[in-house]
Order: sequence, then C-alpha cells, then structure tokens
Amino acid sequence: MRRVKVRKTVGWVERSETQRRFSTQRYIQNLGFPRMMNSTNPDRSKSPRRPGGTRESRRHTPKVNRKGIYQRAIADAFVKLNPRIAIKNPVMFLVWVGTVITLLVTIFPDLFGAAPGRNPRLFNGLIAAILFFTVWFANFAEAVAEGRGKAQADALRATKSDTTAKKVLPDGGIQEVSSTALRQGDRVKVVAGDIIPADGEVIGGVASVDESAITGESAPVLKQPGTDIASSVTGGTRIISDELLIRVTSDPGKGFIDRMIALVEGAERRKTPNEIALTVLLAVLTQVFLIVVATLPLIANYVGSPVSIAVAIALLVALIPTTIGGLLSAIGIAGMDRVAQFNVVATSGRAVEACGDINTLVLDKTGTITLGNRLADEFIPVNGHSLEDVAGVALAASVFDETPEGKSIVRLAEQLGASVDFEVSRAEGVEFSARTRMSGTNLPDGIEVRKGAVDAIKGFVRSRGGQNNTQELDAAYEQISHQGGTPLALCQGSKLYGAIHLKDIVKPGIRERFAQLRRMGVRTVMLTGDNRITASVIAQEAGVDDFISEATPEDKITAIKREQAQGKLVAMTGDGTNDAPALAQANVGVAMNTGTQAAKEAANMVDLDSDPTKLIDIVAIGKQLLITRGALTTFSIANDIAKYFAIIPVIFPTAGIESLNVMRLASTNSAVLSALIYNALIIPALIPLALTGVKFRPLTANQLLQRNILLYGLGGVVAPFVAIKLIDVLIAAVGLA
Amino acid sequence: MLLGLLQIALTLLIVVAITPLLGRYLAVVYLGNKTWLDPAINPVEKFIYRLVAVRSQEQMTGWQYTRNLLYSNLAMGVLVFLLLMLQGLLPLNPTGLNAPTWDTALHTTISFVTNTDQQHYSGETTISYLSQIAALGFLMFTSAATGLAVGIAFIRGLTGRPLGNFYVDITRSITRVLLPISIVGAVLLIILGVPQTLTGPATVTTLEGATQTIARGPVASFEIIKQLGENGGGFFGINSAHPLENPNAASNLLETVAMLCIPTALIYTYGVFANNIKQAWLLFGMVFAIFTILVVVSAVGEYGGNPLINSLLGEQQPNLEGKEVRFGWAQTALWAVSTTATMCGAVNGMHDSLMPNGGFSTLFNMFLQIIWGGQGTGTAYLFIYLILTVFLTGLMVGRTPEFFGRKIEKREIVLASVILLIHPIAILIPSAIALAFPDTLAGISNPGFHGISQVVYEYASAAANNGSGFEGLGDATLWWNLSASGVMLAGRYIPIVALLLLADSMAQKQLVPETAGTLRTDTGLFTGITAGVILILGALTFFPVLALGPVAEAFQIAKGG
Repeated sequence: MRRVKVRKTVGWVERSETQRRFSTQRYIQNLGFPRMMNSTNPDRSKSPRRPGGTRESRRHTPKVNRKGIYQRAIADAFVKLNPRIAIKNPVMFLVWVGTVITLLVTIFPDLFGAAPGRNPRLFNGLIAAILFFTVWFANFAEAVAEGRGKAQADALRATKSDTTAKKVLPDGGIQEVSSTALRQGDRVKVVAGDIIPADGEVIGGVASVDESAITGESAPVLKQPGTDIASSVTGGTRIISDELLIRVTSDPGKGFIDRMIALVEGAERRKTPNEIALTVLLAVLTQVFLIVVATLPLIANYVGSPVSIAVAIALLVALIPTTIGGLLSAIGIAGMDRVAQFNVVATSGRAVEACGDINTLVLDKTGTITLGNRLADEFIPVNGHSLEDVAGVALAASVFDETPEGKSIVRLAEQLGASVDFEVSRAEGVEFSARTRMSGTNLPDGIEVRKGAVDAIKGFVRSRGGQNNTQELDAAYEQISHQGGTPLALCQGSKLYGAIHLKDIVKPGIRERFAQLRRMGVRTVMLTGDNRITASVIAQEAGVDDFISEATPEDKITAIKREQAQGKLVAMTGDGTNDAPALAQANVGVAMNTGTQAAKEAANMVDLDSDPTKLIDIVAIGKQLLITRGALTTFSIANDIAKYFAIIPVIFPTAGIESLNVMRLASTNSAVLSALIYNALIIPALIPLALTGVKFRPLTANQLLQRNILLYGLGGVVAPFVAIKLIDVLIAAVGLA
Repeated sequence: MLLGLLQIALTLLIVVAITPLLGRYLAVVYLGNKTWLDPAINPVEKFIYRLVAVRSQEQMTGWQYTRNLLYSNLAMGVLVFLLLMLQGLLPLNPTGLNAPTWDTALHTTISFVTNTDQQHYSGETTISYLSQIAALGFLMFTSAATGLAVGIAFIRGLTGRPLGNFYVDITRSITRVLLPISIVGAVLLIILGVPQTLTGPATVTTLEGATQTIARGPVASFEIIKQLGENGGGFFGINSAHPLENPNAASNLLETVAMLCIPTALIYTYGVFANNIKQAWLLFGMVFAIFTILVVVSAVGEYGGNPLINSLLGEQQPNLEGKEVRFGWAQTALWAVSTTATMCGAVNGMHDSLMPNGGFSTLFNMFLQIIWGGQGTGTAYLFIYLILTVFLTGLMVGRTPEFFGRKIEKREIVLASVILLIHPIAILIPSAIALAFPDTLAGISNPGFHGISQVVYEYASAAANNGSGFEGLGDATLWWNLSASGVMLAGRYIPIVALLLLADSMAQKQLVPETAGTLRTDTGLFTGITAGVILILGALTFFPVLALGPVAEAFQIAKGG
C-alpha cells in the first residue's frame, strides 16, 4: 500500500526571465500554475545541456587506456612486498612472515629442531613458494584495481594539461602564469580557444564553452555570470567563442577532478568505516587461529605427533581469512572505480558506502521523474467544433512555436491528420509576451489564431467581438486541471475552438525503477513546485512513495531532516546555490556538474553528466560494493571447513584419525600442499569478481541473503572440497609429494 | 534403550513447557512490572536498598554498571576468602576443620565468585558448615544473580533500553527469582530425602559390623541453588552422584530441570523484551536442536558401551563405569550434556569415564558456551554470535550491517572480538603449557589422547565458568589452583566488561527504521546461518584439540586399543 501524502503549500517565487523565445512556457508560468518555483527545480529544457543517448553509451566518456595495466600490476605487486607497505594488511602480513620463516627452514631444515619426514627441503621450499605467491596474488589484486583506477584517472588528467593562464592583476593588468600557480580567489581572463585553467565562477562576459572533455557532450554550453547553472566553469574545458572573466574557486590539486583522481588512484584512499570494522574482525580471526596453531605443536607433542614448523605455518595460512584479506582493498578501489566509470566524481569512499544504506531518495520532479517539458496530450473541442478543426487550428497556432511544448502540439495535430493549409512564409508568428500571455500566428488571409492562458484567450475573443459562451471551455479547463494537466485555450479570430491538454510526461521506465527501489527498501520522495493536484497526479503515475508540492528550498531541508530524525539515510540531487545547504544536509548529496560551485562544494558527489536519475545507479553501486565485500568474506570463512578436513587428519600420524580424511588425499604432504595451493589460487580466481562486483539484483533483503548465502556460503563450503581434491590428484600425478 | 530415551524426552519436554512461563516471569521481574509477590517482597527490597544506600531509581551507564559489578564481586571475594581462612576459629564447625591451604582457599573463592564452582577439594573434609552456608552458599546466590544481571542488562541494551541499576538487578534476581524457587526446590528435595541439618556427621554401624561415619549437613538448601544458579559446586566431593545430594530418580529430574530452566527461559525473556517472541523461539529452537544432537550423541555412546569391555563380556552392555546405577546411562548422559551446556558444572557421574562421545559433547558445550550457556552470560554470548553473523553475512544484502535497527560498527566488533578471542586464549595457552610439562605440571592420570581431554577439559571448564571436572586429574596443586584461578577470572570478567560496554553502545545507537532492504534476523534462514557461523567460528577454533582428544580416542577405542 502506497500512501501519497500532501505537504504544505507555499507561495511561489518568481524566477528571473531570460529566455524570451520560449513562448509557451511563459504562458504556463502565467496561468496560475507556478511551474518552476525556484531554482531547486531548474527548468532543464533551458539548462545549458541535456545529455543525450542512453546512459550505457555515455559510460567511459573520457577514453580510458587500459593497455599495460597488467604488466604494471605485476611489477607493482612486487613493490608492495616492502614490509612497510605490507604491514597495513595484517592478515597478508602474517602470511608474508610465514613465507620468510618457511624460507629459512628450507635453507636450514633443522633450524627449529630436527625435521621429520623425507626431503623436508623440497616440501618446505614448496610451501615457501606457495605462501610467497599467496602474498603476491593479493598484492596483484590490489595493483590491478589501482591500475584500473589510475587509467581512469589518467583519462581525466589528460583534460587537465598544464596551461598558461591570463591572470588579472589587482591593477587591471594581465600576467601570464602557469595554471598550477593559480590560487583560490584569483581572477583570470579566458578568450576563445583557451583552455579554462581552473575550476571557477564566471564573473564577467558571455561565452560558449566546450565541456566535452569532461562530459562527452559535444554541444557547447553558454556561460554567463549571475545565473545559477551557467556561471560555473570547470578546469580543462575549452572556451570556443567570446571571452570570460573567471574567479578561481579552488586551489590547484583541490578541484573535484583532482579529488577524483586521488580517489581512484588509491593513494588518498582512506578505509571506509565498514571496511575498518571488517579489518578488525579479520585481524581477530587471524589472532584466534594464530593461538590455535601456536599451541598445537605443544599439545600434539604430548601424544607423540610432532608438527613441523612448516606444517604449522601452512595450517595457519590455510585457516586465516587470506581470501578476503587479500581482496578487501581491491574491492574498495574497484567500487570507487565503478563510480568513476559512471562519470560521477565521489569525494570520499564513505559516501559510496553510504549509498548502499540509503533509505530515502529525494528527487526533483523535473528532469528526474518527468522529461522536463509538458507535452500536448489531447485536444478538447468546445462549442460544437470537431476534433479535426481543433487540431487544424492548434497546428496553425503553433507552426512558429519552437518550444518543446509547441512542437508537441504540432506533433499531436499531425497525428490527428491536420496539415498546414496556408503559405507559412507569408504568415507571421506572434511571440509570447508576459503581457498578452499567449502566442500564435497571423495567417496570410488576416485570420488570427491564438493559443494561451485560458482567461487571456477569453479576453482576446471578447476583444474580437466573439460571444461569451465559455461554459464548455470552463468545463474543459476544470477537467484538465483536475487531471493534473495544464490547459491552454485555443481560438481562431473571435471563435473559441477548444482546449489543449498539456501534460507532464513521466520518463519511460521510471515507474519500474521506483518499484525496484521500493523492493530494495528505498523510499522515493518527489519534490515539485507544482500545486498539489498536479503533483499528486504525477506522483501516482510515476509511483513515488511520497511527494512535496509547491516546495521551496527550505522544504527540501525540512524533508531531509525529518527523514533523518527517523534514523534514515537520505540521498538527493541538486544544482542550484540554494540547494547547497540541502546537499550538505543529505547523507549522500549528488550535485550536477552544470550546477553552481556552491552546490558542488556542498555535495559529496558530482555527476559530470548532470543526469539526476543516476542517483539510482549510484545506490546500486554502493549496494554492490557491500555485497561483494560480504560475499567474499562469507566465502573465505566457509572455506575453512574444507581446509581443516584436508590438513588436520593427516598431520598427526599417531592420532589414528585418518578416517576424517574424507577427501582421501594422497599423503600428508600432498594434502597440505593442495590446501595451500587452493588457498593461493582462489585469490587470482576471484579477482575478476572483486573488480566487477557481485551482480546486484533489486530484491528484498531476505531474497538477496538467500541467494547469496547459497552461492557464497554453501558454495564456499563445497567448492574447496572439490578443488583441493583435484589439486591433490594433480600433485600425486606429478609426483611432487 | 527406549526407556532411557523416554526419560530424556520427558525431561526435555518439561523444560520446554516451563520456558515460556519462567521466561515471561523473568521479563516481568526485570521490566519492573507488578507481580503477586510484590506485597511480600517490596518492603524487603526497600529495606535492603535503604540499608546499603542504593538509589534504586538511578540508571547506570555501561561503565558504572561494570564498575559496580566488579567492586561488589571483589568485596564479596575478599570476605569469602577471609571466612575460609578463618573457618577454624568460627562456629558451626562440628568436625573441627582447619583452614585449607591458601591457594586452595583462593582457588575456591575465585571459583565460587565467578559462578564456576570448580572444586579442587572435597567439601565434607575441607569446608565447615559455616563456610558452606555463609561463604560458598552466599556466593552461589550472588554469582548467579550477577550473571543474571549481566544477561538482563545486555538484553536491555540490545533492545534499546537503558542498562538499569546493577544493585537493583542483583537484588531482584535473588529476592524474586533465585530465593523463591530455591525455597520451593529445597523443600521438595528434603521431601525426596536430602538432609538439611546442622548436626555433625552421623556415625553408624554397618550390617557387617564396621563403624562408618556418614557426612551430612545443610545439604538441601545448598543443593538447589547449586543447580538453579548454574553453580555446580557440590556439598560433597562427588557432587550430585552422592546419595545425600541426589538420592533418586525424582531428585535427579528435579535437579536436571533446575539447572536447565533459567538459561532456557532467558531466551524467551529476550523475546518479551524485544517484543519478538518469534525470534526467541527460533533461537530457542536452534540451541535446542544442537543440544538435543549432543545429548543423543552422548547417550548413544554410553548405551553402546565400551567395545573393549564388551568384547570381554561377549555382549553389548551400556557403559556404566563411573555411573550411579540408580540413574543409569540415559540420565547420566543427559545430565553430563546439560551440566556442561548450562555451565552448571554439577555432576552425577564421573565425566572422566564417559565414552569419547560424551567427552566430545561436554567439551564442545564448553567451547561454544551458547548451548544455553551460563546464567545470563550464555544468552548474551548467543547474541554476540548473532551480531557476528549479522556482520559477516549482513553485507550480502547490500547494506552495512545492522542488528534490530542498530548499526554494527567498529566499536561493537572490537568488543565482540574480545569475547571471541578470550576463550581460546584462556583455554589453549595454559593447556599447551601444562601439556608441555606433563610430568611436573599436568598430573594426568590417563596419558595419551585422554590426557589431552583431561587437561583441556579442566581449563575449558574454568574459562567457561562451568566448574565440572573431568576428574582423574591431580588438580589440588599450586599450579592448577593458580592457573585455573587466572583462567576463571579472565573467562568471567573480561567478557562481562565487553558485554556491558557493547550493550551500552547498542543502547545509544540511533535506530534505523526497518524497510524491505533490511536484513531480518528473525527468520529461519538467518537463524540457520547463525548456526553455521557458530559452528565455523566457535567449533573450528577448537577442532584440532577435539581431534587430538576425544576424536582420536574414539578411533583408538574403535580400533580396539
């Protein structure tokens, strides 16, 4: 059961009017249906850029060069053997220490007392080699993840070549400096052809800027001071016409691209809270097994089954959670990398992790839930006119209207079979103005067709001497308003023809995505400047859980705080300066790249494509990161059962517990080696999974648990039994042990 | 065979039937709700609070609760140690016993104050009546009440309530739970033939004409709290195998139920606190299933008897070595598993003589500590495993782990880890030392794999605060007294501190509302996964010693020698 609640109603704020040519939109603004209340709901049809194409096609927009990652990772994996680096991962460090000790007993087999068994050197040497590879594989996993991150970062860095900047001195003079020498607050001048040297805010001039380096969107973007959206520029983009005066808003190396580079490269990577807690638990499990194995030789000695130091170390390494220990950091880095691949800049790993926990998404209606333009949905004839007539008049009134709304009227009319039956070149378009609140066409034969606000059209008809029979039109008006649509009236000369139903079009597929989110336990709240009737219709249609109509920026913060007071984690998108406080308040705030600098600073992620629906994908990435971590932890620990059953029965020759050797492993040495080889090989085998992540499905928690526990829990119990047995058969066949 | 299993089934049926009743009553007591006992008990409690100047309405933080618990336990320990050392000068000492050695007195004090009741002495020849009543009997009530208080404070924290007041909890535990049940139980035991007297030992002339001294004393009152409070320290050296402690099948049934009833009921009490009876029954079911399996494994072992002896007899006979014939194999096996499961530690037979199956089950119980577990603490440990399960597997639903709407973060994991870590440290390290010097330290009576079981059992019993002995171990030495004392203290107080701090930190968490994306912990699936995690984390830690102890012994016997 979904509840659609209605929230407070607040007066609306007049926005600055800059785009005169958008006639129909201006009608709507003056129809008493406050359209875009404020810049929290920027009108995306007018925003400088709308990304085109599907999201998948826009991924990896900065060309990522993946060549040579593996070669570099192979070398890096050796560098990471440096004890000072290795000690950061306690589990793998212990394996590293074990490697050194087994190496010592390979060289001096009797170092810790006389060694039993034949040819202990070969056996110890093999163990040392396997342990070495276990550590190296773990390093390799991390290096590959870092390498992929670096490749992503290099692609970004290519956009950030060191350029010369024209710094404006306090006395008005201009000095050429390197872009790296710029500091926050400096003013620079850029002219057509220049690369913008740093992130900044436009304080003077009007110019078009090519931002394709960052967004992959080829259409140039208009930049001018004073507007929320169009006044921020990003370092590395190119100005292609005119000139701009820019105030630098970040020191070099502090821009958000720099932050993303640092993050995906792993250099600046700080462990996330959950990662820290997991590391603690893994370290404790390691300690537990260290105690178990350290006490074992003494206890075993008592019953005359001495355990050699190499076997004890082998047992220890088999038991401690090396699989997850070796892959943990790779999983984290790969998660950040996935976010970057979506063209989203995250400023911390914590934010990505928090995405998985999001309970509520606060979404703007326009551009996120609806397409952003109202489109003609239906014509309602009045006063005895036929539908065909109305379609013809509507078409005639809209031929000069270039707005999406106008075009949609043309499209609808043509679908209904209407055609232009006059010479367009001789007709004259009548632009919308705030005074007339209508637009239309003066036909060559002097007939005036108009569409516009209902009372404006009524007035027009009256002024042309038409009768005052408006009952049917009023009824149509009522009907359309009731359905949450925007009515336009239509007339030809002194005759009222009908009403046009302009409707907010919900994005295709958005309803399904909200349903998925609901199944995942994420509530969606729609924010809109529309009145409550319109809002509730859209809310019903899109399937959001809640909506806030006639919302102001304050309402946004209030809504977020109210959710947070219930312990919920809230994510939101925003781009205006007055979104900044709400972005900062939200647990995950995603700013649009087209947004203002203030919004970007307040957010913990910036979407370079300025696609607000991407928030939904980011939630999925966060969840995927956590699931991958959990799945590999479970798998790693479940593996212990098989390793125990491989090693314990065979290392106490006098205990007579051979029948516990359920896998029937060939010999003591081959059993120990098989378990260890499995333990080492499982790390590279799981690298692809760690890097791409466990596939996330929008299911409920219980379904997910059931699925994953079957796969990684039960699989983790069974798989090693099979694998160790196979390795044992191979070892026996080769005659290694 | 059938009759034996029927006895076991009947006992367990009674326990299951009592669980919801007692569980609900415990919840009423600790939620501070009204009961029909109020008119009688309220004035008494008020008087006690006034006497010791306790502000009974005051809530304690985790640290306050911990500090008060530790101080009061220390004070009680010092008092009891002095009583034991001075018993020769004090009254109610009809046999004129002198003070035990200082290390035995210290071990005994620590053993009783930690609810372990490991005994490196025989009561009838070491402890005066006054010491039995005022020193040991006193601690049997307070240590059980301390455990209950910890369990309840932990449940309160887990369910988002303030932890409560330690002094109120310990007082109410005694006045409303332990004392009333003990009075009824003691009267029943007296009816069944258990003595309750302050007169000295009886001297009788036997049928053969020899003179025999029969030790006796205030046994019934001692016996019931020994069982009910999971203490387990017998009035007599051979504990509940003694005919004056446990004279017949009826008293055996009463004592078995008494030791099982509170740990089982506490899981239900949690359900009332959490307002989630379903989860309580699921957890109860999980623990009950493991428990039943262990009982069956042990019972089958005892029923099957020792193949080495059977081959001499030429027929299959149950293993009756070290058993009281009036109880037989079934009741002894059930008791052995129950007493190690609940950390009671009383015995009605010789655990040293159990077949390897029994040795395995009893050790397994003490390694896990959650198959019912000790008074109060066992239930808390169960939830530690639940929290660890949530943390390990909860990530797989794509959210950072939360337990009942409370996020599990680094602090909780560190505290839970302390509990996970202390047990193997306390058991394995001293065991390894003792086994490394078998001639000087261990005092093992049966060398070989059984010797490992003897040593490991002793420390497992101490660390889990169980107190039962595998016996057969020459344990009245300075090494055993001191090392076991250290293990008991570590096994008792370090986890208690961690539990209380964990509860406190859980209580203060911001509650996250439950959604479809929240991992539910009250499902059969999750309970099953918890069982898996318990077995992997808890049991695998001790798999090597189990393999070298009872498992190796079983194979050895099966092979014929």
